[in-house]
Amino acid sequence: MSETDTEIQDEAINVDTEKGNFKYPENYEFDAGVGLTEDTVKYISNVKDEDQWILDFRLKALEIFQKKPMPTKWADKDLENIHFDEIRYYLSKGQVPARTWDEVPDDVKETFERLGIPEQERKFLAGVEAQFDSEASYSRMKEDLEKEGVIFVGSTEGLMKYPEIFKPYFGKVIPTSDNKFSALNSATFSGGSFIYVPKGVKLKQPLQAYFRINAENFGQFERTLIIADEGAEITYMEGCTAPKFETATLHSAVVELVALKGAKIQYITVQNWSSNVFNLVTKRGMADEGAEVKWIDCNIGSRLTMKYPGVVLKGKGARGEVLSIALANDGQHQDTGAKMMHLADNTTSNIISKSISIGKGRSTYRGQVHMPKHLKNCKNNTECDALLINTNSRTDTYPAITTRGENNTVQHEASVSKVSAEQIFYMMQRGLNEGEAMSLAVNGFVNELMKAFPMEYSVELKRLIDMEMEGSVG
Amino acid sequence: MTTVLEQATNTTNQPAWLSARRDGGKAQFEMLPAPTARDERWRFASVGKLSIDGFAPAANPTADTLTGLVGRSNLVSDRAGQLVFADDMQAQFEGISEQLAAQGVIYLPVLDAIAQHPELMEKYFLQESTELGSEKYFGLHAELVKAGSILFVPKGVEIEKPFVNYYWTSGEKAAVFPHTLIIAEANSNASVVDIFFSETATNQALNVSVSNIHAANGAKVFRKVVQDWNEKTVSFQLDTTIAERDTLVKNVAVNIGAERARFENQTRIEGPGADVKMYSLTVAEETQEFDQRTFQTHNAGNAVSDLLYKNALLDNARTIFSGLIKVAEGAQQTDAYQTNRNLLLDPTAEANALPGLEILANDVKCSHGATTGNVDSEELFYMMQRGIAKRDAMKLMVFGFFEEVIEKVDSDELADNLRELIRNKFESKIH
Repeated sequence: MSETDTEIQDEAINVDTEKGNFKYPENYEFDAGVGLTEDTVKYISNVKDEDQWILDFRLKALEIFQKKPMPTKWADKDLENIHFDEIRYYLSKGQVPARTWDEVPDDVKETFERLGIPEQERKFLAGVEAQFDSEASYSRMKEDLEKEGVIFVGSTEGLMKYPEIFKPYFGKVIPTSDNKFSALNSATFSGGSFIYVPKGVKLKQPLQAYFRINAENFGQFERTLIIADEGAEITYMEGCTAPKFETATLHSAVVELVALKGAKIQYITVQNWSSNVFNLVTKRGMADEGAEVKWIDCNIGSRLTMKYPGVVLKGKGARGEVLSIALANDGQHQDTGAKMMHLADNTTSNIISKSISIGKGRSTYRGQVHMPKHLKNCKNNTECDALLINTNSRTDTYPAITTRGENNTVQHEASVSKVSAEQIFYMMQRGLNEGEAMSLAVNGFVNELMKAFPMEYSVELKRLIDMEMEGSVG
Repeated sequence: MTTVLEQATNTTNQPAWLSARRDGGKAQFEMLPAPTARDERWRFASVGKLSIDGFAPAANPTADTLTGLVGRSNLVSDRAGQLVFADDMQAQFEGISEQLAAQGVIYLPVLDAIAQHPELMEKYFLQESTELGSEKYFGLHAELVKAGSILFVPKGVEIEKPFVNYYWTSGEKAAVFPHTLIIAEANSNASVVDIFFSETATNQALNVSVSNIHAANGAKVFRKVVQDWNEKTVSFQLDTTIAERDTLVKNVAVNIGAERARFENQTRIEGPGADVKMYSLTVAEETQEFDQRTFQTHNAGNAVSDLLYKNALLDNARTIFSGLIKVAEGAQQTDAYQTNRNLLLDPTAEANALPGLEILANDVKCSHGATTGNVDSEELFYMMQRGIAKRDAMKLMVFGFFEEVIEKVDSDELADNLRELIRNKFESKIH
């Protein structure tokens, strides 16, 4: 990095820190340094004061991570630009999760103010687990939830305080060796949410967490595990924003969902990392008999996102769904999709994916639907629609579908289109300028899926889409 | 596959360009590794079972065999010309009429075409390898090809009747390398039927065939392919179509035979106004594996391509359909479609679909669809209610499923013959 670059960056950091008396980097009480070795992993585990089994789990994962090749055979070659030895794998202010808003440090509050968290709070959302760098810095739940026996904690706290609940499922839906980045996460994870909803408890309001990266070259490896016990219902929301930095940052999360008999889990993500972030995430849910796992996924930010939420339909009559919206602007590649593994009779799955490519943006759908031979009466429906805004925008679709068995049906449809000139002309005739008309058309394209999001999210999404569409025409 | 390499084709009097292409092919075959399942282009294929060991170009069949096979080459009676090969040996050559010859039409076996029209052959012969995974086997074909048909149709010449090529296998462990080359000059019109048959139900064979269609501006080309190898045959069909401005190219393939059949079909659209259709129908039974890879490239705008692949599966059969539509940057106003329909008639059969799109232009209409399912139980119920026995109703529905492709062959005689082949293959199996 040239000297001027460093200066500009220092300046940027200073501006940020002055505001909330937030010194960088001295204020990070624990710093595992740059690069990833056995010592880094031991250090992270030591700082967190973890039990031996967790350390062993991490070390085994590190070994797998180092052995696995990069998936560049099929994936974007841009992955080669991740320099694992230049990344910080752990940073924390050494805080224990705070319980009340007053206990949260001012500088952190300052940042959240900009993210609109207090606003969410006012809207009576059930609880906020906000992650500031690696450790949860604020976590609070409405008392009535606590009374019902809902556990909503960070990953470390979850594994240490409630091993009997979380250990049996930890790393079971997504094994460490699933892919290179799930192994990386398993070795270095910190932060994230561990949630347990007891039998029959139906949460009426969604739980919510905000994530944020704020140190340069600092990977964020949060780990989330949500268990909905028999008949329980939960909606979880996750949204991300990140300040812009000069060099690429890496975000590699692992999210595991377990829906036991008759349970329902809905997991909502709005991803808006800054355009230098590699967002390589493994998300998978397991649905037992009659259970339902639904992923609602919206990807707007990042440089390269690779994310294929999946559902393992393990019990009879289980249902899996992925609804996703991707927006790829100049320099961005949204490589997203879905996986549906049917493992029991009468299981159904639905995938609806809508992508919008703007400028030189590239959006990709990759999917897998699997129905082995012993199954009966399984159904899958997949729809992928792509909208291309500019002449040099790009979209790809790569589904893989395997079907056997009796009375199983699979249907996959994909289409590519552009905003029609007539539509734009019609709106402009009625007084909208071209940009507004385009925004309206794009919002119309995703409108059907937007309805799946909670109201405040769809308002935010609409705003984000408008922002992304600015300057895309003319 | 050393046995093949020991018996190189007779290369005396071969022009230098051909020697170079054959040597290049040999090097390509020897250098490239055998396909592995890790290669995305071979995903889902059981590459572990793919072996070409022990096959070699066969000794020439006896005169009796040749006569017998020519007698059985009777799918199309009304034709402009016919070539019959058995184990790559020419068994029959029915040349074109004097009238067509006078118009400049060329229809010849490959080796004769090389001797008589070296410039034409230098320009087109063995110039299109594959990008879809079988580069190694294309190399082997280039090295060893000696059988095949060359059709050249000069500017503006329109030929209504089809040219018919039969490629038979006969000897034990025979390797054959059939080649069909169609060069249609501007505003010409021609059709070709390629038929792949085995002499008996048991003679083991390896086929690596290559077919190229070059359609110049305004040309119309219609190619029909009937593949009914016996179930002891390992087959590779590597086909390429190049369509220039305002062309109309139709490919219809009926695939019934082979133990393992790999089919790579590349279409390149190089001029606006082109319209390319690709239709295929496959009946897979027992432990057959049909592995179909298609690639529709639109390098020019304002063109249309449409693909429909239908597969019916029985027993433990497997099919893989992997298709890709690629619209190049600037190829605006493209209409490209791709549809794969799989009908599972037994729970143990397996259909894999990988329908892909890569779109780099925004003003396009592109779609793909893939469906897999069983016979519709409501339709079945409807027919049974009206007194049609279940078995007959199933048959009706299966033939109905095929009919969409069969009717596209545009010839009553050939369509009837195809229905007969399909009936023979699996009528007894529907229950």
